[in-house]
Amino acid sequence: MGTVFEETRAPSMGQEEDNMAKVTLTVNGRTMSGECDDRTLLVHFIREKLGLTGTHVGCDTTQCGACVVHMDGRSVKSCSILAVQASGSTVTTIEGIAAQGELHPVQAAFNQHHGLQCGFCTPGMVMTAVDMIGRHGGALDEATVRHELEGNICRCTGYHNIVKAVLAANEEMHGAARQAAE
Amino acid sequence: MYATSYHRASSVGEAVNLRASHDEGRYVSGGMTLIATMKQRLAAPSDLIDLRHIADLRGISVEGRSVRIGAATPHADVAGSAALRTVCPALCHLAGLIGDPHVRNMGTIGGSVANNDPAADYPSAVLALNATVVTDRREIAADDFFLGMFDTALEEAEMITAFRFEAPEKAGYAKFPNPASRYAITGVFVAKTAGGARVAVTGAGSSGVFRVPEMEAALLSSWAPESVANVSVDPAQLMSDLHATAEYRANLVRVMAKRAVQASL
Amino acid sequence: MGMEGIGARVARKEDKRFLTGKGRYTDDMVVAGMKFAYFVRSPHAHAKITGIDAAAAKAMPGVIDVLDGRQLQADGIGNLICGWMIHSKDGSPMKMGAWRPLAVDTVRYVGDAVAIVVADSAAEARDAAEAVIVDYDELPAVTTSLAALGDGAPQIHPEAPGNLIFDWQIGDALAADKAIAEAAHVTEIEILNNRLSPNPMEPRATLGIYDSAEDHFTCYTTSQNPHVARLVMSAFYNVAPENKLRVIAPDVGGGFGSKIYIYPEEIVCLWASKKTGVPVKWTSDRTEAFLTDAHGRDHVSKVKMAFDKDHRITALKVDTIANLGAYMSLFSSAVPTYLYATLLSGQYAIPAIHANVRTVYTNTVPVDAYRGAGRPEATYLLERTMETAARELGLSPAELRRKNFIRSFPYQTPVIMTYDAGDYEASLNAAMQAADWDGFAARRAEAERRGKKRGIGMSCYIEACGIAPSQAVGSLGAGVGLWESAEVRVNAVGTIEVLTGSHSHGQGHETTFAQLVADRLGVPISSVNIVHGDTDKVQMGMGTYGSRSGAVGMSAIVKALDKVEMKAKKIAAHLMEADESDIVIENGELKVAGTDKVLPWFQVALAAYTAHNLPAGMEPGLKESAFYDPSNFTFPAGCYIAEVEIDPETGKTEIVQFVAADDFGNIINPLIVEGQVHGGLAQGIGQALLEEVRYDEATGQILTASYMDYAMPRADDLPSFTLSHQNTPCPGNPLGIKGCGEAGAIGSPPALINAITDAIGIKYLTMPATPLKVWTALQGAAMPMAAE
Repeated sequence: MGTVFEETRAPSMGQEEDNMAKVTLTVNGRTMSGECDDRTLLVHFIREKLGLTGTHVGCDTTQCGACVVHMDGRSVKSCSILAVQASGSTVTTIEGIAAQGELHPVQAAFNQHHGLQCGFCTPGMVMTAVDMIGRHGGALDEATVRHELEGNICRCTGYHNIVKAVLAANEEMHGAARQAAE
Repeated sequence: MYATSYHRASSVGEAVNLRASHDEGRYVSGGMTLIATMKQRLAAPSDLIDLRHIADLRGISVEGRSVRIGAATPHADVAGSAALRTVCPALCHLAGLIGDPHVRNMGTIGGSVANNDPAADYPSAVLALNATVVTDRREIAADDFFLGMFDTALEEAEMITAFRFEAPEKAGYAKFPNPASRYAITGVFVAKTAGGARVAVTGAGSSGVFRVPEMEAALLSSWAPESVANVSVDPAQLMSDLHATAEYRANLVRVMAKRAVQASL
Repeated sequence: MGMEGIGARVARKEDKRFLTGKGRYTDDMVVAGMKFAYFVRSPHAHAKITGIDAAAAKAMPGVIDVLDGRQLQADGIGNLICGWMIHSKDGSPMKMGAWRPLAVDTVRYVGDAVAIVVADSAAEARDAAEAVIVDYDELPAVTTSLAALGDGAPQIHPEAPGNLIFDWQIGDALAADKAIAEAAHVTEIEILNNRLSPNPMEPRATLGIYDSAEDHFTCYTTSQNPHVARLVMSAFYNVAPENKLRVIAPDVGGGFGSKIYIYPEEIVCLWASKKTGVPVKWTSDRTEAFLTDAHGRDHVSKVKMAFDKDHRITALKVDTIANLGAYMSLFSSAVPTYLYATLLSGQYAIPAIHANVRTVYTNTVPVDAYRGAGRPEATYLLERTMETAARELGLSPAELRRKNFIRSFPYQTPVIMTYDAGDYEASLNAAMQAADWDGFAARRAEAERRGKKRGIGMSCYIEACGIAPSQAVGSLGAGVGLWESAEVRVNAVGTIEVLTGSHSHGQGHETTFAQLVADRLGVPISSVNIVHGDTDKVQMGMGTYGSRSGAVGMSAIVKALDKVEMKAKKIAAHLMEADESDIVIENGELKVAGTDKVLPWFQVALAAYTAHNLPAGMEPGLKESAFYDPSNFTFPAGCYIAEVEIDPETGKTEIVQFVAADDFGNIINPLIVEGQVHGGLAQGIGQALLEEVRYDEATGQILTASYMDYAMPRADDLPSFTLSHQNTPCPGNPLGIKGCGEAGAIGSPPALINAITDAIGIKYLTMPATPLKVWTALQGAAMPMAAE
């Protein structure tokens, strides 16, 4: 949590204004600001104020994971965080992981192994997989991947090809890292 | 979610003052339960006092066998703490079973314990480890802290700042999750502490987390899975719902206690 | 282009937009001036509305308007309909109660829409919805079909006395009764099929836009069949004439049946847009989805299966009660009748079959088609019965099935269907081999040593897909024909657009349909675009459900391609001064067979549009359309084997292996077909082990309205699956396709329950086999042994 942040609040002018805040986030490398109600969820801020609609809402009980983004380097559920809580942090969304239009290895693996069907849970799955592969440093097996996917629900794929894609991406990324190290 | 006003506190003192000046306010730490509850409009705090940016509230320190965990330490940090793992791996294991990876990155031990959800994991550990709950104004023994479902000894505006405990000689946690919510239908934390064996059960009790003296006595004479395998718990004091009857929970208390002891070996 | 043609394992073209966050779902749509809706819904399962006071709500911040059912009715908006007429066995038509898009006098389930609030933000709309005061006089409620048929049950619709919608039958009762009376053995069993919520991950949403200048409506919606939505909203709900109503179903995040139907929200948002003068968007949250998305299944059945002394089935008699919920949803009447009882012959030669089906109103969410729709109910019933019979007769489950398989085709069942092709034993053998069935005894013994109870179970399913011949379904009561349309537009530079009435919401049509074109014309799939989901672009279509897009939708494309090819060949023959019959299309070129004369595809396309040198009398352009009406259903079939291990201390079931051996006919893209099977299996396993919509019987409150209580299958609930295919091409359509979308959900539940009952040695176990249920069953099973 290295970011120093000074929150700018709208001038207090009665009840309504008191519930408004200016939220500043660094999203996918760009600093973005917007006004919103204090009660606005991060996911709605990202979708509606920033127009980044790749992050989805699939449930209302913090379970499905369609809303997963990375906040200050950790995967979080943006449906259960207020935008003001997140203000000052660095956020990466699904729109921000393909460098120069080149698919991230996780995205490529999902494509190659048919790890998506309707695509709705996919952004959360991909963000989760990127985080998972990063945290485990190459040491992933099927059981671990399945356990790590506990916070992401998919109704289309039966997870079979998602698990396959995550393991393949893990191999691709850590295989490449091993090669580079040699 | 109903309208609310957000305040970001940078120190414990500031947070307590903010909370004290808003009668209908609530502290929010990771918010993994509170924000979800507010979304369902089942909670409507006028003000939220955010504790996540108070540096003093985060972190784990282990000195010898004395452990201190800051209240705003996320579950993921507890699960991944190498220092804690050397003295009390059962607590790391428990933290790694809470919610999911994303929830564990936000949700905090203090928030979970202060909320005292009857199906939350942490209360069983705090109680079984005989931890001390440190607040902004006092220290509360675990045995005095949990008063019932969603009810604790915390006073109005009182804030948990940390947990302290002496690492147990042995400890284990076993959880049987609800197939839907993944909260504990029954979770049992067992600890062999300086003060004796302690067995705490979450997810099952109709008044929240509770200890099982019969199991503790049995474990005191012999710390082995077989010691608890046949100690029964009265279903009358257990919850019954869609997913588990009281009788089933009573069975799970036995089975999970046995497995927790097994895991501690 | 064999690399991208039929049978090639091509990665999907459409993936990139979903993988990069660029999918465009209904809730992503933003139009100028758009406002947000929240629906006021009934908190009661059954009540009279005695008054609605929206004055306080209208004064809330941001509120544009609050509108109710009386206003809707005054504007002439019609009631929701069920589009499939079923007649009871006494000849009387089904008794359909009125379903108003916004309830006027009576609410009949928790979640029934009463009013709509339109406000500047979704949060303000919800705030104001809480301030709408609706006065209710509560009425007694009933949630189960058995209770609803009972004496003194609350009367839900005046049109349906005793809550009975219809009492229908199929087959020959006398023949079945006679065979049962004369049987060497009769297996009797009661079968419950649990109530499910489909749960596509994208909640339903709609955006209604009224353009007053053109008196025109646009409806963005999460639909599996936008054309049917437009047809129904025009013809029955009086929203607008078809030429004044455009329906767009953009990217849709899964459907599984639940997005076939036209729900109150689409109608009300369109109407509200006109009333308020602003575009109105509504997005369901998950709780609302549990409260309002059509549920699936909920059957109670009694079964008798008769055998002769050689263990051949001589008769099947079934008595089913189906719970249709509070209102008759769009295809609700077809599901427990023609999509269910017509499949009761399964893979077996059964001389006499009779099924009686009663459908019932209850104070619950309307029930309609959910992945499989009727066929899972039939398969579950049959395969549980077969397993039970095998145990009673002392035969192995495979042996009993082998003795009764249908082995020659076509085969006319006693319940309408004519099976066209299949090899059931091939799938059975493949599945048993893949599962190492013969090694099970050793595995069970090994598990026993670890304190685990291991069981194995199979299921041999059949389904009817490729829905359906229009004349046939028309004669059975369908309100629509079930053909499909296609238009193939070749652009002047040779690239191709295929317009289809099928709708892809995860099935990968943008890839598989392009593969078909690539296969036929030898062009790369990158030069083929699939256009669907917009009534302004595609003239008419019947949409995607019932595993029909391959067998019916692609067949229409084949017909259109035939015409395109014919015209292209004529042009090429003319340009190359050859005989039309000598022209062949290969690798993106038109060639004169046996010569070196060749024209690239794009030159022929260009010639069609420059029209400088066309055969005499030929119209310019290269664009053809076709409608394809299937001649029969298709009959995918297969054998599934589940092997489980149960922890007797907790009752938890672990699936140690799951084998699926399917016959889908010809396959366009194995990668996508496998994905369809995986997904279907997960839903079937979910039904068998985890999922159930539960109601409080006293109050009619739904108890499983979120993922906190409704157990969705997660990655760690499921194994990796072992798949194989034993395909017999379907003779009924040009591509030989049978369909693969529903098989997994149809075949898997009985395999699992057969495996679990095998493991714990009991006959009855209802789905879902939760740890609680299995543990409780084990206590019951253990008790007699303890008493010995």
